[in-house]
Amino acid sequence: MAVSGLVMLGYLVLHMIGNLKIFFGASELNGYAAWLRTIGQPFLGHAWFLWIARVALVAAVVVHGVAAYQLSRRDLAARPTGYQHSGARRTRARQSYATRTMRWGGVILALFIVWHILDLTTLTVNPVADPGHPYQNIVGAFRTWYDGGIYCVAMLALGLHVRHGFWSAAQTLGANSPGRDRALKLTANLLALVLTAGFLSVPIAVMTGIVR
Amino acid sequence: MNLTLRIWRQSGPDAPGELTTYQVSGISPEMSFLEMLDTLNEELILRGEVPVAFDHDCREGICGACGMVINGQAHGPERTTTCQLHMRHFQDGEVIDVEPWRSAAFPVVKDLVVDRSAFDRIIGSGGYITAPTGSAPDAHATPVPKEAADLAFEHAECIGCGACVAACPNGSAMLFTAAKVVHLNVLPQGAPERRGRVRAMVGAMDAEGFGGCTNTGECASACPKGIGLNAIGTLNREFLRGGR
Repeated sequence: MAVSGLVMLGYLVLHMIGNLKIFFGASELNGYAAWLRTIGQPFLGHAWFLWIARVALVAAVVVHGVAAYQLSRRDLAARPTGYQHSGARRTRARQSYATRTMRWGGVILALFIVWHILDLTTLTVNPVADPGHPYQNIVGAFRTWYDGGIYCVAMLALGLHVRHGFWSAAQTLGANSPGRDRALKLTANLLALVLTAGFLSVPIAVMTGIVR
Repeated sequence: MNLTLRIWRQSGPDAPGELTTYQVSGISPEMSFLEMLDTLNEELILRGEVPVAFDHDCREGICGACGMVINGQAHGPERTTTCQLHMRHFQDGEVIDVEPWRSAAFPVVKDLVVDRSAFDRIIGSGGYITAPTGSAPDAHATPVPKEAADLAFEHAECIGCGACVAACPNGSAMLFTAAKVVHLNVLPQGAPERRGRVRAMVGAMDAEGFGGCTNTGECASACPKGIGLNAIGTLNREFLRGGR
């Protein structure tokens, strides 16, 4: 969970920075998208690097999902009889909202990834669907209320997922210690905030007309 | 104080159980939770009913026997053992739910009593230091750095009560195992066996059917001895160093 999560997190930081190029205009973003396909040339063929990255990311998503499924199954089996207290939820002493929503937040993110690929990679559900012109596709997509809405909900889920996930990964990999705990939690919150704000800035800019 | 108790009654390991309602009156705020249960049991015996079975031993907060989940929280609303929980933390007329620890690895023996020998088997797999028996070693034969001694003592405080497992939404025993591994692995006396110890103890923990850790932190906030969540980070580090 930790290693695959960190791989995806590293990708998200680069992805978010790349997205911000939309604020510099259509030629800047479209040029950046075209450059992504030339990475590694001439050693690699056209768009090979992109495909290598895609394979690695799909592998990370699958490993993350399978591990989460196995862990959840094991956790459910570890408490066959639950607590009955007051029928309501048990009093939670410590868990934050981010921690409680890791599993369902993860499911939301997995569904979003499918939608996101259909929307802006394969352009299957994109209202503009103009290959080679990502700027126009992005603006066209976020002008529809449902696309912008789906995106915003998913990015909030992403922020929560990263908030618990980054610190938890550090804990799993044994990188945590009493001296580092505060710094790691701060980094997790900062990453969550920056990623959510960075990703959200694009649909919000389109919906408010800053990017047209 | 007059209280309504809803207590899990189960006559044996394989018998079905249910929450049964009892009324107790004349409870003083100075009583401990166990003394309140004693009062109930005296009444039950006088009425010719079977008293509620619960584990208890030292009644001074150091043995870890008196585990029960009170109103959904391990050892109740205060961060202490049930014997050190006083009735002043409850309101007159309150309805209090009392349930046993819930874990596949802690089967219910009767009522609120669970079998915690899974912890003993984890300890048996590596929670010790192999030392020659016989005459006592010289006091300063092995110098122990102050920091290591403090860290070891902090984690040696674990009384194996099982509140961490009971509180964990995943029923994981990571905090217990972590406390034992940290306690022994930071000491020079425990260093020669540190790799094998962490492998064996984590293996034994998994074999008992405890859940996996998702770092929710519920264990550390339920621990009556204040074992910190960082112990789990250290356990993971020791495990990765120990190889497989």
